[in-house]
Amino acid sequence: MKELRLLSPQGMLGYGYPEESLKAGLETFPHMIGVDSGSTDAGPYRLGSGMPIVPRIAVKRDLSLMLMGAVSLRIPLIIGSAGGAGAREHVEWVLGILREVAKEENLSFKLAVIWSDVDRGWLKSKVRSGEVKPLGPVGPLTLEEIDKAKRIVAVMGMAPYIEALTSGAQVIVAGRSNDPAIFASFAVWKGFDPGLSLHLGKILECGALAAVPGSASDSMLGILKEGCFAVEPLNPSRRCTEVSVAAHTLYEKEHPYLIPGPEGVMNLQGATFHQVSDRRVEVRGSAFEPGRECWIKLEGARFEAYRSIFIAGVRDPIMISRVEEWENATRETLQRYFGTGDWSVFFHIYGRDGVMGALEPVKAISSHELGLVFEAVAPSQEKAQALCSFARSFLMHYHYKGRKATAGNLAIPYSPADIPMGPVYSFNVHHLVRVDDPMEPFDIEFMEINP
Amino acid sequence: MRWARLGEVAEVIRSKNAGPFELTFDLIFPDMESFELVKRSGVITRELVARLYNLPLNQVLHVVFVPAARAIKVTIVRPLPSGCIGDPDIYGAQQHAPWLDVIVPLPEQE
Repeated sequence: MKELRLLSPQGMLGYGYPEESLKAGLETFPHMIGVDSGSTDAGPYRLGSGMPIVPRIAVKRDLSLMLMGAVSLRIPLIIGSAGGAGAREHVEWVLGILREVAKEENLSFKLAVIWSDVDRGWLKSKVRSGEVKPLGPVGPLTLEEIDKAKRIVAVMGMAPYIEALTSGAQVIVAGRSNDPAIFASFAVWKGFDPGLSLHLGKILECGALAAVPGSASDSMLGILKEGCFAVEPLNPSRRCTEVSVAAHTLYEKEHPYLIPGPEGVMNLQGATFHQVSDRRVEVRGSAFEPGRECWIKLEGARFEAYRSIFIAGVRDPIMISRVEEWENATRETLQRYFGTGDWSVFFHIYGRDGVMGALEPVKAISSHELGLVFEAVAPSQEKAQALCSFARSFLMHYHYKGRKATAGNLAIPYSPADIPMGPVYSFNVHHLVRVDDPMEPFDIEFMEINP
Repeated sequence: MRWARLGEVAEVIRSKNAGPFELTFDLIFPDMESFELVKRSGVITRELVARLYNLPLNQVLHVVFVPAARAIKVTIVRPLPSGCIGDPDIYGAQQHAPWLDVIVPLPEQE
């Protein structure tokens, strides 16, 4: 095959995309459609709770159009990191939507489901045999943290996808995936160069984000050939430029040209970018260095506490000038009442340092109003609510120095004011595990879907 | 040589998570001339990053110059992991402001 066309309708399943963009993509007769459906970017909540974050209604709309397109063209549809974090609950959630669409639209296809949930016993034996190491600035993985994690997923590379494709899967719903693998696996399976395939996959998994104006809610076409690939957004109001595509390779990655994955390292140092038409950029020289060993990334999240917040505005200039005084007074009174130990509170004061906290270089407040998000975390939701309520009523009537507004200190926009936020999680597994076979942590299940 | 705020010279100044434990900054310049000038000036160093973000030097992971993208990429250890208790910016998307005021050389106007 001389040319492979890969269609990415959007950067995240459920973010939306113009129907015309997908249609323009389908008119190029692509060889596959792929979409990323998860990320750790939105924090540990999804993995910790098993909940999706994108609305079901949005996923159904986005999925149904691309599924109908793929089935009618008889090309594979590949969904990676299904449902948010790629854990069993997330994959099942996407499968439920997929089945519903297939039934409503009268579609039949062979489905492969790739599960990425990690067996704790297996992982513990890997820890004991010294085959687990930290990824980035985290400590070593302990057996205790494995038990504490609510969910642990392994991040698959291309191998499980290639196995599913080889077995004739028309639709793949996969658990947690290295983003570029969603597209690169198909290209490598078709015999294309892994360096170019992975680099193209890295661009396509973000939809039209590498274009100007960039967007994860629009479509991009990738055209892979021997020795080069090209990208072009499918919405005529966007274009790819040499700099927009080159700059995208930096996006969200810790290093600008060395991007590690389960198979090895993508080395983009020698990549060159050429404008070949007004809206299309061609890329050459993306290289891949296979690893001597296969190390698979693991992600896990554990429960920490419950959170409650209240939101308040402060407009009084005297109160604004006394911010340290009332913050300290509230903390002290909470400590007297609740004692110290199993709880903590945070004053997110927008207009002062709500965004950067201690890193904020601007110390003087120049705003005429402040936004306060008060946050309490505690072992139970009830206690978090109690901390919130106590702090709010204290602060509402606290008599700071020079106070003239003696009726109340806070503009509270909502009733009820204290908002239960539910459980809080943290990432407690961010490690690599060594495997002999890149399929080892993953299970593939095949099924026929009929309406 | 004239000098100016980076906010006036660079086309893109952004911050974002690079995974939950690292924060990365991309400084992208409008042309090779301004990129090269800033690069050669030696202003953008690991020491500068440590000072801007009040970090020990060993928490500044990379300062890399990328001519193909007319960009400087800087990665640090995240002050707090994304989404952990007390983290004010889950995506790390609004931690770039200190870069705007870094003083760098400006290409001479013709």
